[in-house]
This record gives sequence, C-alpha cells and structure tokens, in this order.
Amino acid sequence: MNASDTLTGEHFFNGNIASAEGAIAAGCRFFAGYPITPSTEIAERMSRRLPQMGGTFIQMEDELASMCAILGAAWGGAKSMTATSGPGFSLMMENIGLGVMTETPTVVVNVMRGGPSTGLPTLVAQADVMQARWGSHGSCDMIALAPSSPQEMFDFTVRAFNLSERFRIPVIVLSDEVVGHMTEKVVIPPAEKIEVVDRRKPSEPPGPNYLPYKAGEDLVPPMANAGEGYHMHVTGLTHDQRGYPVITAAAQVELVTRLCEKIRRNRDSIIKCTEVDIEGAEVVVVSYGISARTSWKAIRAAQRKGLKVGQLKLDTVWPFPEERIRKLAGSIKGFVVPELNMGQIVYEVERCAAGQCKTRLVPHPGGEIHDPAEILKAIREVSK
Amino acid sequence: MSPQQAGNRQVLPANDISAVDRDLSGTVAPFEPDQKYAAKHPLDPLLRPGRIPHIWCTGCGLGVVLTAYLNGIKKAGLDLDNVSVVSGIGCTGRIAGYIQLDTFHTTHGRAIPFATGLKLAKPELKVSVISGDGDLFAIGGNHLIHAARRNVDMLVLCVNNFNYGMTGGQAAPTTPVNAKTQTSPYGCWEHPFNLPYVAAASGAVYVARWTVLHARRLMESIAEAVQHPGLSFIEVISQCPTNFDRANKGGEALDLMHFYQNKTTVRNGIDPKEADIGLYTPIVCGKFVDIQKETYDCCYGNMCTVAKGGKK
Repeated sequence: MNASDTLTGEHFFNGNIASAEGAIAAGCRFFAGYPITPSTEIAERMSRRLPQMGGTFIQMEDELASMCAILGAAWGGAKSMTATSGPGFSLMMENIGLGVMTETPTVVVNVMRGGPSTGLPTLVAQADVMQARWGSHGSCDMIALAPSSPQEMFDFTVRAFNLSERFRIPVIVLSDEVVGHMTEKVVIPPAEKIEVVDRRKPSEPPGPNYLPYKAGEDLVPPMANAGEGYHMHVTGLTHDQRGYPVITAAAQVELVTRLCEKIRRNRDSIIKCTEVDIEGAEVVVVSYGISARTSWKAIRAAQRKGLKVGQLKLDTVWPFPEERIRKLAGSIKGFVVPELNMGQIVYEVERCAAGQCKTRLVPHPGGEIHDPAEILKAIREVSK
Repeated sequence: MSPQQAGNRQVLPANDISAVDRDLSGTVAPFEPDQKYAAKHPLDPLLRPGRIPHIWCTGCGLGVVLTAYLNGIKKAGLDLDNVSVVSGIGCTGRIAGYIQLDTFHTTHGRAIPFATGLKLAKPELKVSVISGDGDLFAIGGNHLIHAARRNVDMLVLCVNNFNYGMTGGQAAPTTPVNAKTQTSPYGCWEHPFNLPYVAAASGAVYVARWTVLHARRLMESIAEAVQHPGLSFIEVISQCPTNFDRANKGGEALDLMHFYQNKTTVRNGIDPKEADIGLYTPIVCGKFVDIQKETYDCCYGNMCTVAKGGKK
C-alpha cells in the first residue's frame, strides 16, 4: 500500500465518494460491484482509482457474484469491498452469511433507499437496519456503522475495514441516499495519521498440525491467505478447528457460540455513540444516519423552549448500545426515536428501556427526510 | 434416515461414513477404517488426513474424478502451494473437502464468482472450480457464462450426473428428455443444456468432455487444461447408480461403465453443437475447443497501463 494513494487534504466530496476514498485509505485494493442507485458513485470512483494503484476493480454480473468475489479476494489476501442498495443488499444476504461462517473480513456499503422491492430507487429510507442484523439466515452477531455525513462516510468506512480485519467478519456501512449524495467538506488526514488494522497472521509455519479455526482468548483465529502453504479448508458447513465439516449439535454449539461471543465480548470496543446534551436531559432522541441530523433542528427548538433534551447518536447501530440505553432509561422521562422506516431500532430501545421510561417512535416510510416539527412534537409529548 | 425418507435411495449401512456425515443427531459412531484396508495410497499426500472414506455412494463416479484431478495437477507440475480448489454445493461440491491444498466449499452456485475474486486478488494462484451440473448450470449458470466471457484464467471441472444427487435425485438442467427423477415422475419434459456448447458459446478457450470410464484421458485433459491460459471447461459424465440410473433402470455402476465403453465415441475438434446427450443415447467425448485468447488478467493489465497514463 502506497501512502500517496491516500488523498490527504480538504475536499468537497459527496458521501459516496468519501466512502470510496475511506476504503482506499484503509488499504482496500479489491472492489467488486454491480451498478445500483443510489450507491453507484462508489463503484464509479473505484473503477477510476483502483487501476491507477495496482488494485482490482471488477463489475460482476449481479450482487450475488459481487459478494462472493469480495469473499474470495479476502482469502487471496486483499482488503475488499462492495457497495449496493436495497435490492442488491437482499441478494447479498446468503453470502454475507458465508462470510460470517468462514470468518472472512470484508466491507459491504449499503446506501439505503425506499422499499420494499424496487421501491424508491432515488429516494432515501433507513429501512434495512434489521436486515443488516438479521437478514442472513442462522444465528450470528453483526457489526454495522451508520454515517450521517460525508466526513463520517470516510471515517466510518476506514473503521469498518479495521473492525472487519480485527474480528474477521463482514462489516456493514449502513448509509442512506441523502448521506450518500450530500456534498460537504471532507478532511482526509495524512496516511500515517490514519489508523489501519491488518488481520492477524498465524504465528506458526505451515504444517500438519495447523488448525485454521483455532482461536485464542479473544475468540478470533489468526488468518492465513491462500497460496501461503497452509492448505486450509474453508467451508460454509458447520466445522471444527481443522475447518473440516462436522454435522453435529456439539460442533454447532462450539462454533456458533464462538462466532457470536467474539462480537459480544468485545462490544465495548466496537460500540460508539455520540452524546450531545445528555447530562441532565429528560428526553433523549436516539437517532442515526441522516435522521440524527434532522433531529438537531428539533432538539435545538425544544431547548429554546426550555425543554431538557439531549441526543444519543448511534455511530454503530450493531451491536446495539444496550447498557447505555438501560442506564439512561432509569433517569429520564423518555426516548424519542425518529427513523425513516415504520419502526426498527425503536424496538431495541424499548427492549432495553424495559418499561423504565416512555419510548416514542417517529416513523416515516421514506422518500424524504422527517419534518423536524414531527420530531419536536414527539419531544414535547414525551417531556410532559 | 427412515426408509420412507429415503424414497427409492439405497439405504446406507450404519457404519458408512456418509451416514455419519448426514445424520443430524450425531449418534452414529464415527467410521474407523480397518487397518488391513488402510494401506498407503500414492495420492495420500494430497488427501486430507482422516477424511477418507468419502461420503459418496457405492458406485459413484466422483472418486474417479478426484483421482484424475489430483493426478492431473501432479502431471502438470504445478506448485501445489499455489493451487486453490473452489467448489459449490452438492455431491461434487464435497470434492474440495478431501483435497490437502487450499480448498473452499462455498454456497450453492457461487463457486465461480468466489474463485474469480480469489484469482484476481492473487493472480499467481492456479484456481480450479470443481462442482456439479446443477450447481454450475442452474443456480450458478449466470456466473459460468460470465466467467467464460471474461476469460478468467481458471479450470471449471463440471461433473454431470444428470440430476441433483445430494437432495435425492431431482431433475436438473441436464436431465435428458423423458428421464425420470423425483421431480419428473412422468419423465422430464424440459430440453436439457448441452454443456460444452454453452461453455464454448460463452467464450471458454478449452472445452472437453469425458466420462468417468476415460480416467486416463480425463487426467491428461485436466493436466492440459490447468496450464491453458484462460477459462477451461471440462465436463465429466458420471453415473449416479443410487438416484438417476436407478430411477431410469440404467443398471448398476458396472453396467454404466459398460455403457460408456460401448456407446461413447471420441471425436476431437467437432463443433460442440453436435454433442447433445439424450437418455442413454450414444455420448460424444473429446476435446472440442482449444484456442488462444487474451485472459482477463492480461486485458485488465492493459487497461491499468492506460489508467496510469501509459499506452497499451
């Protein structure tokens, strides 16, 4: 990786371009994708940039192929990424599960648009939040980051790569159409100031006793790449430490428990929230992505009227900040949850509040951002 | 598995390793090979310790394919540390798990795009996709034609047993007209694919077909194909005595071997359009296509030169 590939400086980028540049700064040199509005600028940027720096860009025949190609590339030693939106995200689900099961580090950017189905290709929504968590079949714990500005598209894409390399899991960047197409100042630091994490390699040389899925205390096994002589077997079937398929309940318990626990035990280092005016607040607006920004206007208007309102902005939506919500619920009147769907994250907030305070959803099926007046109305009701 | 669940399948003996692998309760004791049968085999260094005997049925042709592949890559003199085998789902999809190289057992139909990512990220790898007719031509058909169009440098070895064996013998896009399967009980009414014709039309630069009787020719063809730059496609016709051939009264494995011996002709260089297969009709084998064309890597490299401001 050449430091000069990182575009250090101040730029005026839309969110999608910022995400592509974040990937490059994090060391991504393999992109496979399929054009889909409103994410296409990411693929277009990568098709321009990667060939200049010895990376690989490939436009695949569909999103299933794109997802599989980035998994294969990861085993070839590359940091890899794809970008898509609703329908394409649905098509990627099965192979995101393959990535979870085979512990393959990679990054999937989903620039959310209105659905179900083809829905609103050019207009915003935030309705894939539960899909990011539960969309692939089987039990697993996921990591998803939700940027709310072009700067965060850059920063969170870098972080997504670092988390994927650290925990060996596909990490999802849950952006949305407004953030993807919004153009703002993006500051890219010098390459040496950007934290970049690389996957841990096996400490032992290749040999008959090598166990590709033997994890240490942190539950994340070191990862060999293809062509390094380790001769490992990688399968989507339930497998043992050798990587061999074992179709028993005992093997399932051992493997799936570890896959979930490697995320759960590290949730404190993964979860990030931005808290604004939380101290002494009676109402807390829990929001993410573009809705976090829509909320600011309502929060300021409420504060001007003397209401004690704060914001908990979810920089990571998964894992969910259960402890923080539980603690806040004991000391406030209630939560307001604006989201561009008919209710998703609100269920998590309710679950964690566990009846200690009110929880009020401000739903919107998408196509436009919330009217801040709706959020303000909810804040007023909850503060009564 | 109860006899009812087994349908017309051969019920497996309790000490067969395949029963262990398929039994969800995990109550069947693991198979311990009898020492007197566990003599050294020349391919042992290329087989994963503890994984043989395999899960395939008695009389299946996949053992021949596995042997031919391993001998083929040995004959080609490849650096075995740089060989990766990728497979999809199904009976053939289990081949990867027996080979002591870097092996990837992916999702149904997706071996080719996974292999494409692997190859392009690390071009020095020699990548082989080994999978079945259903995996490569039904659920994964789109990927096959596009990999052939791009001319990605890899071998695609497709074992065609004319049905979905792992799930108990259902119709596939290769099932001949009038053949009976579990989902075509009155006889298959759909037209099948002619696999070499599809591969050649999509752009594959090396296209051949053999049966599992042609073990030596298959091995030599594999040795040739893995060294041929670009996308090579080899179809291997295999019997499936448990499902397809039982349902169609084709006989036991040995009967099918006699059939391959008596009813196949080798016609190298013919137009693959002429290589259609019917239900137990004569089979045309041979190397149909062997041409040179710029590989994806080469074309991509040329484009990168332009991207960096140079000339092709």
